[in-house]
Amino acid sequence: MSLALDIFTVVAISVGAFFFLAGTVGLLRFPDALTRLHALTKADNLGLGLVVLGLLPQAAGLPGALKLVSIWLLAQLAGATVAQLIARAVRPGGPQA
Amino acid sequence: MTLALAIDAGLAVLVLAVATWTIAVRKTFAAVVGFVSYGLLLALVWVRLLAVDVALTEAAIGSGVTGVLLLAAAARLRPTEKGAAAEQPGAALCFVTAILSAVVSAGLAALVLLPTNPAPTLAQAAVANLPATGLGNSVTAVLLAYRAWDTLLEKVVLVLALLGVWSLAPDALWGGRPGPRYPAQRDGALVFLAQLLPPVGIVVGIYMLWVGANEPGGAFQGSTILAAMWILVVMAGLGDAPPVGRRWLRLVLVAGPMVFLAVGLSGFAIAEAFLAYPVGYAKPLIILIEVPLTLSIAATLGLLVAGPPERAE
Amino acid sequence: MTEFLLAAAGFVLAMVALGLVRILRGPADADRLMAAQLLGTGGVAALLLLASSSRIPAIVDVALALVLLAAFASVAFVMSASRESMDGSEPMDGG
Repeated sequence: MSLALDIFTVVAISVGAFFFLAGTVGLLRFPDALTRLHALTKADNLGLGLVVLGLLPQAAGLPGALKLVSIWLLAQLAGATVAQLIARAVRPGGPQA
Repeated sequence: MTLALAIDAGLAVLVLAVATWTIAVRKTFAAVVGFVSYGLLLALVWVRLLAVDVALTEAAIGSGVTGVLLLAAAARLRPTEKGAAAEQPGAALCFVTAILSAVVSAGLAALVLLPTNPAPTLAQAAVANLPATGLGNSVTAVLLAYRAWDTLLEKVVLVLALLGVWSLAPDALWGGRPGPRYPAQRDGALVFLAQLLPPVGIVVGIYMLWVGANEPGGAFQGSTILAAMWILVVMAGLGDAPPVGRRWLRLVLVAGPMVFLAVGLSGFAIAEAFLAYPVGYAKPLIILIEVPLTLSIAATLGLLVAGPPERAE
Repeated sequence: MTEFLLAAAGFVLAMVALGLVRILRGPADADRLMAAQLLGTGGVAALLLLASSSRIPAIVDVALALVLLAAFASVAFVMSASRESMDGSEPMDGG
């Protein structure tokens, strides 16, 4: 059981790290601010979610696991709204401008 | 080279690079972004050094609140930036300053890396006396039991700093509302965030205060998070800074240091000395001090960021 | 497991470093707004991995504080930058 959980942790965190890599590659290669913002907020948040998922079996009991999940939920909330705010600041006119 | 050493070395290089960039960049806004990034990275460094309380404080104050403070200062200075450009220090002065800073850094590094044997430390004594205080976190014990006098003075200094900031207001506006009025945002996104995040932030702030007794945390870290949430509400236009002349506000600001002082003075009566705690009552007294202290510090930090009064009541 | 978690933390930190270099270099303010967001996700992931690998649960509290404060800092950056561009002193996207 513990071995299965460890394998799950390793797999989830590896996939999460891959998404961080993808996000960073996007950040480095995309042509303008809005696309870079997209790469950062979507890929990095997904990477964080997978890292949290992978760390859940290693967490210290139920309170520890709940704390991890709430950190991820807060990161989602913050990422979603901040992405909107930054996008609106970069291009105040909206999508057509 | 072990993995941990590689990570630490990479982190150190990154911190140095960001710090150098922050100093070198021309635009003020970019420099503040660099400063906040540097602060958040420094929190990671503290974690690697296993100083978790310091990491919490660095993330909270060093980057969050100080960053906003610098942004507000930069905004106020923008009209005069062109004129101030003439007073930029010349290359020679910058060079001398850099040399002196490097000498000081080298001196500090030498102090840390070439230890006397055994290295002088009170850590064992601090930990050994923890059971008498009823606390589990030695940092909190140092702040509120062994060196409570220093902490009391620091809180008084915070209030004095706030008075200093208020004194910058024109006479006619003394007692008015600090900071600009942020319009209620058209952006649904910011209003959404400012409605959802602060309740969570308040719970986290209270949790930090409570957990500080036995784990890293404490009154200062909790109050910084509370202050940050209040500033967020004001920035979204959902609330306004209260006029600083209000009696209830001034009462909140001094409540923390006053309760602290009262407990200290009662030490003459119930224990042997000023700020002494009677045996067995240390922890309840510390909690009695910490709760109003958290509110006071949160209010003080929020008002420090808001700045001097700019609008009549 | 501990070694793997530490290696993962190091990898995420390397990604944050690369992203930070790109973001801070970005010629306009619009790019630099994302710095707090990058540290708020990448830095948090690194902290969670460090907490697990060093078995110090208190580091998760640092990650919690970092999430809240990175969001707060991002909002402050955006408000300051858009006020700056409304003053007419600098266009946001550098041209």
